[in-house]
Amino acid sequence: MPRLRLEPRAQTSRLATYLSPVLAVVLTLIGAAVLFAILGRDPIRAYQAFFIDPISTFYGAGELGVKSAPLILCAIGLAIGFRANVWNIGAEGQFVLGGICGSYVALFYEPTLGPATLPVMFIAGALGGLAWAAIPALLKTQFNANEILTSLMLTYVAQLLLNYLVRGPWRNPQGYNFPQSKIFDGYAVIEPWISGTRIGLGTFLALIAAAGGWFLLSRSFLGYQIKVIGLTPAAAAYAGFSAKRVTWFCLLLSGGLAGIAGINEVAGPIGQLLPVISPGYGFTAIIVAFLGRLHPVGIVLAGLLIALSYLGGEAAQISLDLPVAVVGVFQGMLLFFLLACELLVRYRVQIGQAIAESAA
Amino acid sequence: MHELTAILVSMVLSATPLLLAASGELVTEKSGVLNLGVEGMMVVGAVVGFGVAFGTDSAIAGFAVAAIAGALMAALFAVLTLIFLANQVATGLALTIFGLGLSALMGKAYIGKTLPPVPHLHIPGISDIPLVGPLIFGENAMVYVSVAFVIAIAWYLSRTRSGLVLRSIGENHDAAHALGYPVRRIRFLAVLFGGAMSGLGGAYLSIVYTPLWTEGMTAGRGWIALALVVFSTWKPWRLLFGAYLFGFFSIAQLHAQGFAVPIAPEFLSMLPYLATILVLVIISRDAKRIRLNAPAALGKAFRATA
Repeated sequence: MPRLRLEPRAQTSRLATYLSPVLAVVLTLIGAAVLFAILGRDPIRAYQAFFIDPISTFYGAGELGVKSAPLILCAIGLAIGFRANVWNIGAEGQFVLGGICGSYVALFYEPTLGPATLPVMFIAGALGGLAWAAIPALLKTQFNANEILTSLMLTYVAQLLLNYLVRGPWRNPQGYNFPQSKIFDGYAVIEPWISGTRIGLGTFLALIAAAGGWFLLSRSFLGYQIKVIGLTPAAAAYAGFSAKRVTWFCLLLSGGLAGIAGINEVAGPIGQLLPVISPGYGFTAIIVAFLGRLHPVGIVLAGLLIALSYLGGEAAQISLDLPVAVVGVFQGMLLFFLLACELLVRYRVQIGQAIAESAA
Repeated sequence: MHELTAILVSMVLSATPLLLAASGELVTEKSGVLNLGVEGMMVVGAVVGFGVAFGTDSAIAGFAVAAIAGALMAALFAVLTLIFLANQVATGLALTIFGLGLSALMGKAYIGKTLPPVPHLHIPGISDIPLVGPLIFGENAMVYVSVAFVIAIAWYLSRTRSGLVLRSIGENHDAAHALGYPVRRIRFLAVLFGGAMSGLGGAYLSIVYTPLWTEGMTAGRGWIALALVVFSTWKPWRLLFGAYLFGFFSIAQLHAQGFAVPIAPEFLSMLPYLATILVLVIISRDAKRIRLNAPAALGKAFRATA
């Protein structure tokens, strides 16, 4: 029986680096067709409803920019952390806190601040997400507590806090008892930049974040430290790079970006504070970060693709009567294939005995 | 007295799913594999267990199939991390995201349905003794099963040859491999066992605890189970203590809500999550203790070189 052998590559394959995400997407599409068939839908029609119909209009194409913005903002921050082996998986909670803190400004200080409202809202949102991420950073650096678990636990806490606010003190008194804040107005609203779409500030900020992330990782000394700490912690310690400082930086950066994404979502597409302000953007951003191979340019492309899956899910829910949960299954599947294809980047797969070995 | 009994009994009820999932994960981690997908395996176990119990009118069948479902999810993880050598942290996260989506898809048909209550042990006379009676002799079967598993795991890990091999693989897979132990096969089995236990824990939630199916009903319990393993410093007996402590926290907040304590229910609901963080901090503070107790090869990929 021929055996598969793995031989580590001396250098990661450039070709495989670019091809592995593409291969993963292709495999996911095949898996999706199987899933559609199991659910009793014609795969071709389902593909069309999922991936083509949603962006066939000008407005729909614009939605791609709107939906991808929070994903890209969160994923850029997470990816920089993942590079340094800092596993912030609480971006969802930091997103919610950003939404809460920004909304505080919008709800109570809009009349006083006037035209300065929106900038202050974004600063408050960024600080909110940053503060929420500072907790796992402190617990990690001071008490050695695993940031995966603490950041995730804080996500549940943030969600409960939001629930409390929209049901209690911040509920709209004229809102017929619905758990929601009053609708933002005046200077607290983000207006679309391109008429006929909802593209606005958020999409712009996402691109800025991607450019900034690229500069940080490819052109700065801090980015170099991040990469060395992630690849060989021992060498980084020998070179005198402070792992604690990098942990702080990665968590604060990703928290701040998630907070910006949060307030952008509340002040833009949603327009008020609701009990749920994210369909899991903070978690999906983890997939976006990996699909983009932790590289800012890749993340922008991955963000667009995953945004399309969200839009497709909403469209297919109406046109094909498919449950929205299908999207989660696709996203999970994509991440699995991606992780499996990663093997091709680091190893050469050989069938049977290695020739090099038998020659030696 | 009556109130105290009620609190302690419900403490045990809410601790049992954590105990089931955490004791499975403990075995997985002892073999050197970190599976962060507990939440995903639990939630799939919950929906499958509910569906089977609902369809067959048999809670036992529900638990059995849920364990298989959990093991299948774990098999996915094992193939990716042990054969494809994928990053264990990322694969575990993927398993959770996938499980939450898959369970929501599968559970569509069961929303709003309920199951009959699961019977409790009742020994006439003994079960009626105040406090001790209902607490020790009046629980449902899965409570006893979960405690039996902890005892069995403690015995297996510390008293059997096979348990010793499993631990040695978790400490140093290269040395174990050099001695001729099948590292990959044993790890695969340990991961499957962890998955089956998570499946049972999930099924306990949907069949016994609530008993109904709602989307994302595990509500972070898989992650709390992971924290419990750290809390126990990888010792099965301490898991028992930790799980009941957490059960107490989550029940205390429910009872406080019942007593009309002047705190918003949302803040009381934060307690279990905050307690998890607090406990994690207290345990992890001593870095040396974690380093000494954690399996040395935890989370590291193994590739046979010869």
